[in-house]
Amino acid sequence: MLQQLLDIIGNFNPNQITQTQVLRAIQSNRRSIYDFAALLSPAADLFLEEMATAAKQETARHFGNSVQLFTPLYLANYCTNHCTYCAFAQANEIKRGKLTSKEIERELAAIAATGLDEVLLLTGESRQKSDVSYIRQAVQLAATKFTTVGLEVYPMDTHEYQALHQAGADFVNVYQETYNQETYARVHPKGQKRDYEYRFYSQERALQAGMRGVSLGVLLGLHCFRQDSFAAGVHAYLLQQKYPHAEIAFSVPRLRAHAGQPDANITEVTDRNLLQIMLAYRLFMPFAGITISTREGTHFRDNVVGLCATKISAGVMTGVGGHDQAQKGDDQFQISDNRSVPAVHKMLQSRGLQPVYTNHIF
Amino acid sequence: MVDKFVLGGKEFKSRFILGSGKFTLDLVKAAIEAGGAEIVTLALRRANLKGNESILDYIPKHATLLPNTSGARNADEALRIARLSRELGCGDLIKIEVIRDSRYLLPDNIETIRATELLTKDGFIALPYMYPDLEAARRMKEAGAAAIMPLGAPIGTNKGLLTRDFIKIIIDEIDLPIIVDAGIGRPSQACEAMEMGCSAVMANTAIATAGNIAQMATAFKLAIEAGRAAYLAGPGRVLEGMAEASSPLTGFLDAE
Amino acid sequence: MRVNGESLKLEVPCTLKAFLEKNGHMMDRVAVELNEKIIPKAEFSSIVLSDADKIEIVSFVGGG
Repeated sequence: MLQQLLDIIGNFNPNQITQTQVLRAIQSNRRSIYDFAALLSPAADLFLEEMATAAKQETARHFGNSVQLFTPLYLANYCTNHCTYCAFAQANEIKRGKLTSKEIERELAAIAATGLDEVLLLTGESRQKSDVSYIRQAVQLAATKFTTVGLEVYPMDTHEYQALHQAGADFVNVYQETYNQETYARVHPKGQKRDYEYRFYSQERALQAGMRGVSLGVLLGLHCFRQDSFAAGVHAYLLQQKYPHAEIAFSVPRLRAHAGQPDANITEVTDRNLLQIMLAYRLFMPFAGITISTREGTHFRDNVVGLCATKISAGVMTGVGGHDQAQKGDDQFQISDNRSVPAVHKMLQSRGLQPVYTNHIF
Repeated sequence: MVDKFVLGGKEFKSRFILGSGKFTLDLVKAAIEAGGAEIVTLALRRANLKGNESILDYIPKHATLLPNTSGARNADEALRIARLSRELGCGDLIKIEVIRDSRYLLPDNIETIRATELLTKDGFIALPYMYPDLEAARRMKEAGAAAIMPLGAPIGTNKGLLTRDFIKIIIDEIDLPIIVDAGIGRPSQACEAMEMGCSAVMANTAIATAGNIAQMATAFKLAIEAGRAAYLAGPGRVLEGMAEASSPLTGFLDAE
Repeated sequence: MRVNGESLKLEVPCTLKAFLEKNGHMMDRVAVELNEKIIPKAEFSSIVLSDADKIEIVSFVGGG
């Protein structure tokens, strides 16, 4: 699958796409990967309103007016990676911490009390400080209180994903950060994350282990966002072809200010660019979920739910713990939307949308 | 760029597959010539004692023979028929046809999946004839099918693309040549199938039961070519539900 | 013996090839199953039939 992806993305030149191609892509009933490429091009920027109109129809067709609510819980922020763009990187002198099982229980109880039924468990990427059995225990605790448990942890082997699935996890998020191999190598100078290929096949291993769905994405700003978003979409498309039962979702994180060193190579992704990416994902894979992070401000978030985004977090803390007790570790990034669950619930209702806490029955 | 139809590693110029049933032998020849078909399907039957004329004498040498497994009621019988066909020296291409229903003659997708697996393992280039079900098509692909042959309507009915929407789904989702088989009764229907993105069309009864067989074969040839050209050209848009006056959806970008 | 489902008396044992020729079959137009086993063409002249054999002789006909 990797070679197939690299061949496809190698042929994508965003600047060669014409307005005619963009219009055809918007008007198509079923959009190909070439249409998707057109929707991500600079030429498509002129047609953002047309894209939005078509995207809104697709979102309504596939999701009705429902928007899923969830919150992340950071279990630990120990990390052995050296990502040049991330606050959790090993070399950064931040306050490190890890929740004990008692603390996890209390955090989960505090989140459950808000009415949420979906939780995303996160750790930094340290196999030593947050090993699989530690994560497994957290999943088991979460599964007693939440219908849906997702994971955003380091990539692991199939049998490890299997153990976590058996413990109650159904969704796995792994972000390639960038699909460009040179940039990938530059921003991941050492540590296990240097292994591009192992990370690339994480979603496949998770699905083979029985996970219900996987999430993909790139860290917008690390590399050309058009090329990277195209690659993530093609990756999702190839996964969907091979595993038709898989629930595919996208995340669209933009690089934010954090505790690490600023990277001169980071390119700016404007609100307008971000919206274009989300609309392109929606039009290309109308059935895929799109999550909008609290990295984004309330104004942007409120306007993209129901238009293209279908999942929104609420009551978010990006430090370790913090839902029930004082934080044990520093934040991964600054959030721009600290609204509580009831506040986000109310916002969705006021926009004619239906907040959904549980999306399935098992 | 020359548009070629590749099937089982072989290249063809024509996308018209002619079924040879229900013809008198001399008319098979006329139909192949007028239709420009390069692939002709055949069936295997018990030979009459005191053997008579062979259909092979009426099929031009350059045509590729595509035997079917008609008569097979399960995967094992399909394998047996395929192996016997191979003994006749027509190569490894085979159209899998497994039918247990004698009233509607609808294919048994489940046995067809199994047959695809058995025949592929035995070295055949398997083209399963099937009821257009996406999940079954996926399994046939996994089992090694070289193309998928969904039916447009019950065989021999000339009713056209009754299963249009489901064939379209298979075209969109399955990365193999999709060949509409069975039910195509008119050149216009063959043309539509090609416009949708089918790789080829198979027709038999439509031509065998026409008033002028050679002329109808020509009509199919032209229709299939027209449909293919339209597909390659990229059909223009159809406006549907686009008229929706509303406040701009992207206006929020300017107003913070 | 049984040939294509019909009973037939094989008076004298003979080779498969001789039997097919006697019954008007063209060698390159038929495939043969002898007791449910496919017989390659090359073996037609070496196989000797007996009255206990079951033979299927098939050929191509028109079909869709």
